[in-house]
Amino acid sequence: MIRFPDYSLSLTPTYTPGISLTQKLWVTIGFIGFFAGVIAISGYDHAGVFLLTASLILISISIAGFSFSLYHHQKSGIKNNYTWSRSLSNRGIVSWVLALWITGLYILLYFFPNALGLSESGNTGLIRLFDPLSEWIKHKPANQWFVYGVFYTLAILLFGVKFLRKYKGNRYQQIRTVSVMFFQLCFAFLIPEILERLNQPSMDLKNMWPLNYYFFFDWHLDKLRSGGTLGLFMLGWGIAMILIISPILTYFFGKRWYCSWVCGCGGLAETAGDPFRHLSDNSLKAWKIERWLIHGVLVFALLMTGLVVYTYITAHSNILFLNSYAIREWYGFFIGAIFSGVIGVGFYPLMGSRVWCRFGCPMAAILGLQQRFFSRFRITTNGGQCISCGNCSTYCEMGIDVRHYAQRGQNIVRASCVGCGICASVCPRGVLKLENGQVDLFERTEVNIK
Amino acid sequence: MYVYMGHMRWQDIIPYEAWFWEKNKINLVKDLVTKIEPQHKTISTASGAHYQYDQLIIATGSSPKTLNIEGINLDGVTGLHAIQDLAYLESRSKQLKKAVIVGGGLIGVELAEMLHSRKIAVTHLVRENGFASSVLSKEESGIVNQHIEHHGIDLRLDTEIIKIQDNGQGSVASVTTTTGEDIECQLVGMAIGVKPKLTWLGGSGIEVNIGVLTDVFLKTNVPDIFAIGDCAELRNPDAGRKAVEPIWYTGRMMGETVAKTICGIETKYQPGIWFNSAKFFDIEYQSYGDINPILSGNQSIFFWKHKIASKSIRINYTLNGVIGFSALGIRLRQNVCHQWIHDKIMIEEVLAQFELAVFDAEFSKKYADKIRNAYFEQTGKLILKKANGRYDQVYRFLKKAKSTYT
Ligand code: SF4
Repeated sequence: MIRFPDYSLSLTPTYTPGISLTQKLWVTIGFIGFFAGVIAISGYDHAGVFLLTASLILISISIAGFSFSLYHHQKSGIKNNYTWSRSLSNRGIVSWVLALWITGLYILLYFFPNALGLSESGNTGLIRLFDPLSEWIKHKPANQWFVYGVFYTLAILLFGVKFLRKYKGNRYQQIRTVSVMFFQLCFAFLIPEILERLNQPSMDLKNMWPLNYYFFFDWHLDKLRSGGTLGLFMLGWGIAMILIISPILTYFFGKRWYCSWVCGCGGLAETAGDPFRHLSDNSLKAWKIERWLIHGVLVFALLMTGLVVYTYITAHSNILFLNSYAIREWYGFFIGAIFSGVIGVGFYPLMGSRVWCRFGCPMAAILGLQQRFFSRFRITTNGGQCISCGNCSTYCEMGIDVRHYAQRGQNIVRASCVGCGICASVCPRGVLKLENGQVDLFERTEVNIK
Repeated sequence: MYVYMGHMRWQDIIPYEAWFWEKNKINLVKDLVTKIEPQHKTISTASGAHYQYDQLIIATGSSPKTLNIEGINLDGVTGLHAIQDLAYLESRSKQLKKAVIVGGGLIGVELAEMLHSRKIAVTHLVRENGFASSVLSKEESGIVNQHIEHHGIDLRLDTEIIKIQDNGQGSVASVTTTTGEDIECQLVGMAIGVKPKLTWLGGSGIEVNIGVLTDVFLKTNVPDIFAIGDCAELRNPDAGRKAVEPIWYTGRMMGETVAKTICGIETKYQPGIWFNSAKFFDIEYQSYGDINPILSGNQSIFFWKHKIASKSIRINYTLNGVIGFSALGIRLRQNVCHQWIHDKIMIEEVLAQFELAVFDAEFSKKYADKIRNAYFEQTGKLILKKANGRYDQVYRFLKKAKSTYT
């Protein structure tokens, strides 16, 4: 047999199979839809609304059709073939273009909604096109958040379908994904919009403080307090979520009950973000940065909320040198808009799908602390079966070096784990299992009983 | 394999980050050892460096076995073992249309899956009449064969390679088999097993046979020299285990054993109950204990197979309790199976609490009832379910079982 002692090692996988004719067809339909949308935006009349509707339908058909054709021949069982050789998923040129595009959209959305057509004296452009839908649902013209909500929900639903196709043999993944699709469609989108139509205080009932950082803002509290029984119920519900419901659920199931089953940010990351999950850095250094950042944001959020509540109660806005109005604005700008939106989603194709959840979300920080110290949840390692292949670490969207624990026969209890279960799904040797157990709650991380 | 298929990059399959060695005060030298001089306790390397040692651990691994047939040295014949093989495959794949793989073990199947992922037509020659025929029963092999053929692999059972034909330029043109057929191909993947790599040990006085011979402490005949992993050969292996076991966890266990000894706690190598695992394309396989499909003495087999899906469970047992588990498509919990085998639990008892051993993800379909049913149909003995398999129950079971013998 031939040996090449000094063979130059060209190990970067280069092969991609391209896409089949049917898949090209679906992509073409998507692009037609996209351009129909662009034309629609440039001028509004009835044809514009028609074009936009057609555009959204075409794009939806395209994504769904593409997903079905992509995984049609695949048997149940996960294949990540070509993940690192496709330009879209290996930080190639396509992913940079996509990242720039999403980042740009978010900047427009947060800081220049007028450029999207928002106007008090009648919307124009993109936002105007959504007026009919908005009028139909809640008797009000659309604004940028309505448009965003429609796109966000569509993304979770459509890429949810893709995810369901990709992980077709895996019931944990199926049920979890249907759950995030349901919560986005009903709780994040429909219920609040319908409440608005009914002139009731509207609220995304699953969006908890501190992820929902404005829960304790004066205008929000006032809105709920003046919102009749429903408003008061929402106030009570919001507080019960923080103090009772969340701790109990996290105790029983770990933070996954929220982060990968219910949450909207998590929902987008799990569906639209799935093709990028392997881009999360799983080095020790990244973990260090993560701990500083996420707990830093948590402290910021607590401080900000404390000041806001103080101001609400005492009507004083200055405490020492801190101005509660200034602080909340800073928080809204840096954390609410830049971190969770622009970077959090815009950087999917470059840094993986959970940038915000991993490095920034104060809610994830709190749930994580509880998960680490007081929860039944852990990922069990199956004795000595780990072959150190590295699939689990690579496909962990939170950048956890799962293999580090698995190859030692150690269970995994990490604050950041959102319990998506992908490590267990991609493991070729059946090594990992997400489990809840109470008997050994305080010794969960110890090496397996052998 | 996963790098070739694009699942991971080279850096992703390295088990430790670069800082690991220095942080743990390990001096990692990349060089080729050429000589050991036990009388001076030194080793020399190809770059001309010399190192002193107090204790030396030989862990040189293995190299692929080859066959003594015509054409074996042609360009296009390769194993799948070292990183160089991977680089070689990568460089050849572009022009590759057809490949022949020789060998029905795990590496052969992995090679088939790799080439298949690049739409290269694969003909797979297996000497026996099924994959991994020394551990899989006929029915199990059947499930695997069918699955692999379903993926479009041209499977030739009971077929051996006789000769590799030259294309006139020193490269592979085709392969001739025992059925007299000539199969055209540009690549021949040899996956017929591995053997310890020892070539460079000559003259050192270290005793070798197939591998480096060691005692139960993994010591060689030369003082302060140990051998572990694929290259080690035990002089007196435990009953039911082989002298050379080139498998991932034996290397790990041997490493831990020697580490303890060197650190002052003289420790015997005790690998315990045999286990293994593999993945045949999409079918996961796990085994624990003695699962020889050919029965001896008073052994019996209980076998359950899913009607449609590629899933099965085989339990080898005697009247004195279970001795082995072999599972396709269902994940089993190692420490529970281990415990049952260790404690020689009767098969009825095992099946009654089979849920304890199931390691499939939450919400997965459950098969324990079906398995018990099959046992009833085969033996007429009704078994009632005794466990739900929740983590707490498993934990209590293990704790209790352990306390009875330690
Ligand atoms: S746990 Fe599984 S996926 Fe992770 S390194 Fe081990 S064998 Fe590979």
